[in-house]
Amino acid sequence: MAVEIKTAGVKPVRTAFEHLIARFGDKPATRYQEFAFDTQPKTNFHYRPLWDPDHEIYDKSKTAIVMADWYALKDPRQFYYGSYTIARAKQQDAIDQQMAFLDERGALSELPDQAKRLITFSLVALRHYEWGSNTNNNFIAAYGYGTTITQAATMAMCDRLAMAQHLSRIGLFLDDKTGVSLDEAKEFWMSHSAWQGLRRQVENMFVVSDWFELMVAQNLVADGIVCPLIFQEFDRHFRSKHGNDLSSLTNYSVRWQKDFTRWVDAVIKTAAAESAENRELIDTWVKNWHLHINSAIDGLASELLGDEATASLTTINNEFNVRLSKLGLSAI
Amino acid sequence: MTKAKKLSLKQNYTMLTKGLDWEPSYQKKEDIFPQLSFEGIKIHNWDNWEDPFRLTIDAYWKYQGEKEKKLYAIIDAFQQNNGQFNVTDARYIQALKIFINAVVGLEYSAWRGFTRLGRELGDASPRIATQMQAIDEMRHATTQTHAISHYNRFFEGMGNAPYQYDHAWYLSIPKSFFDDACSAGPFEFIVAISFAFEYVLTNLVFMPWMSGAAYNGDMSTVSFGFSAQSDEARHMTLGLEVIKFLLEQDPDNVAIVQKWIDKWFWRAYRVLSLVATMMDYMLPKRVMSWDEAWTIYYEENGGALFADLARYGIKPPRNAEVTIKEKGRLSHEMWSIFYANRDVVGFPLWLPSQEEMAWFSEKYPDTFDKYYRPRFEYWQELEDLGTPYTNSTLPQLCQVCQWPCLFTEADDPTEFVHRETEFDGEIFHFCSDGCHQIFEDEPKKYIQAWLPVHQIYMGNCLLPDADPSSPDFNPMAEAIRYMGIKPGVDGGLFKDHSDAKNWEKWTERPANIHQGASTDFVRKTSSQNSK
Ligand SMILES: [Fe+2]
Ligand SMILES: [Fe+2]
Ligand SMILES: [Zn+2]
Repeated sequence: MAVEIKTAGVKPVRTAFEHLIARFGDKPATRYQEFAFDTQPKTNFHYRPLWDPDHEIYDKSKTAIVMADWYALKDPRQFYYGSYTIARAKQQDAIDQQMAFLDERGALSELPDQAKRLITFSLVALRHYEWGSNTNNNFIAAYGYGTTITQAATMAMCDRLAMAQHLSRIGLFLDDKTGVSLDEAKEFWMSHSAWQGLRRQVENMFVVSDWFELMVAQNLVADGIVCPLIFQEFDRHFRSKHGNDLSSLTNYSVRWQKDFTRWVDAVIKTAAAESAENRELIDTWVKNWHLHINSAIDGLASELLGDEATASLTTINNEFNVRLSKLGLSAI
Repeated sequence: MTKAKKLSLKQNYTMLTKGLDWEPSYQKKEDIFPQLSFEGIKIHNWDNWEDPFRLTIDAYWKYQGEKEKKLYAIIDAFQQNNGQFNVTDARYIQALKIFINAVVGLEYSAWRGFTRLGRELGDASPRIATQMQAIDEMRHATTQTHAISHYNRFFEGMGNAPYQYDHAWYLSIPKSFFDDACSAGPFEFIVAISFAFEYVLTNLVFMPWMSGAAYNGDMSTVSFGFSAQSDEARHMTLGLEVIKFLLEQDPDNVAIVQKWIDKWFWRAYRVLSLVATMMDYMLPKRVMSWDEAWTIYYEENGGALFADLARYGIKPPRNAEVTIKEKGRLSHEMWSIFYANRDVVGFPLWLPSQEEMAWFSEKYPDTFDKYYRPRFEYWQELEDLGTPYTNSTLPQLCQVCQWPCLFTEADDPTEFVHRETEFDGEIFHFCSDGCHQIFEDEPKKYIQAWLPVHQIYMGNCLLPDADPSSPDFNPMAEAIRYMGIKPGVDGGLFKDHSDAKNWEKWTERPANIHQGASTDFVRKTSSQNSK
């Protein structure tokens, strides 16, 4: 039973939670703001972690980056759980329709064997890279400081698992859902010389203990080189020989990358702009990781692109440099 | 042209996650997963882990996205229609203050704790399961914040939740509980939270909150609760899977798991004392008594569970019999503590009405009339005389659970329990044998506890603008301010509280349905109505 209330005379006694009024002024807060800001416990922790007695449960000093306000590392997409899942469900519906359409036509399964092998070798094997990225974003979500960054990293962790699963599905298109292509792709990832450089770098990231360094290594540098190699250069190369079907599947990953990059760039740009020390640190991380990752993918690029490999890597690195300068960082 | 075959959901899940992780060659596995060995748990074969969720991320998004659409449609309508005024009375609102200030903090910690497990467990399958639980828990903290947000605009004591969680003395009870789990190794965390808390005891949190909200017309909290319930069902299956997996992996795991079950059952039970108090005293329309809830959800359901686990050599939790002996006393003892200390808590307090005491006499025939009714009647007399009873000294807190040491002996309701021990030349106090035993097992952990009363005495609970050298310095008022509690606004007697007064002004209904109106304004209106 609804009670009749003379609501005309009822005025709220405050507009928002007090920490949000302090931060954004005396006005109603958005749903993003309500959960993202100032919600992480800050002080009076009871016990030091048995697994890391040198730090508090949430601890600013788990990265060498220093911020006056960790909540400055905002998500430009302003995702909170509800808006995130609803947006992703919608995108998934669209790609599912696309996939059902291709499945109906038996699309990729009709390609010549050599083209199928190439897809297994590239995209299907890349699912392990995505799993590595899931692991690294998971690390940021677990050990990062502040809700704005750890919330977005939790979503990134799920997104990367989704990308790994999407690439697996492409494999199932090739092998009539037997999973054979997944086994073959794993063999490539584990043993083929062209993949070992990148796999080594991914495993090296697994032992990095500074979560912001991982943000730079995985989400800026590795993705900044590997994703264009596969989804832009290799995709174009493949399309010119075998038509558009594959592109209509990878384009999901491409669009997702754009969305993801908005967040990554906003975070890194803000941290770099905070101080000269931060910027130098990020520059150093970019430089080190780029050195290793760029040389690690040489063999992979030749395997995928043949003669075009050198030109493609030049394009990718030029674009990467443009991005770095937009972030206020030094070119490599 | 081949029309490809269709996979079942389970096959699809298996395929899409198949072999995603790998044996590393360039780094050592123990460097990648450094938290796996120090607890002494032995895992021989992760392949025996049966993922209980088997949800691909795309299926998860669609399923959860639909739930979110429905939930926010209700929350939006609730806000537009000023649904906060449809609840039973303004006392119900006080229960929501515990929700926003304590429960949201617990969900937050659950999120971050499961995120750590998602990274640290050594195999893709349990990692995916815990990652999904992590984002679910993030959902709970988020949607609870959104469901309560509108109440905060009209009532006191909810606007400062993250700050209070870090500072208020009674919120260190739930906070220290989750800090304890989050600072433990990954296996202890998952036994503590997934098994002891979610599998064994979650119904005791859910049932009273959600049915309580439904009985009292709180559509916002009800919709959140029902929406979260299907997540909880998944989390409970994880709890059971974890326990069976650990016990089956190695016989040496049994003793370790038993120790954790003993510890976390007691730890969780002490946190649930807050729920017991809320159920019996804060819901104007009551669902069931704490005694009844404990009988059904722990003694009966838990009894069956532990009978089932006996084949692994697992025994019911140590001290379970104490919880049964205490069940007729718990809520009454705790409400007395809050009432006596009402000037230092974040919500106002009241004494049970005649109608409520009659209900207690019926629900607690062995204890209420004998021990608590005389106390409440005496306190009521003092209130009527204008000299309400109040406690002016700070209570001794338990070093482990952080409740005041004001529980009574299991076999003697008239005698307070007091246990103490010496460690490193210092004396530590406990509310119970359960807490004492937990301390003895890990003293170096529990001596670190941030014990609010202790901290106040040490002068650590001062805001930067407080000046202990000033002549009118009031240490208690300063400590309250430090805790995020507004003196003269947040605590005190309910009938004098601004929530009660505003409620009657806004709704023209009594702020306490059992005691009639507390302002002249509503007394007049209701007497006109009855003419
Ligand atoms: Fe939860
Ligand atoms: Fe849960
Ligand atoms: Zn205790």
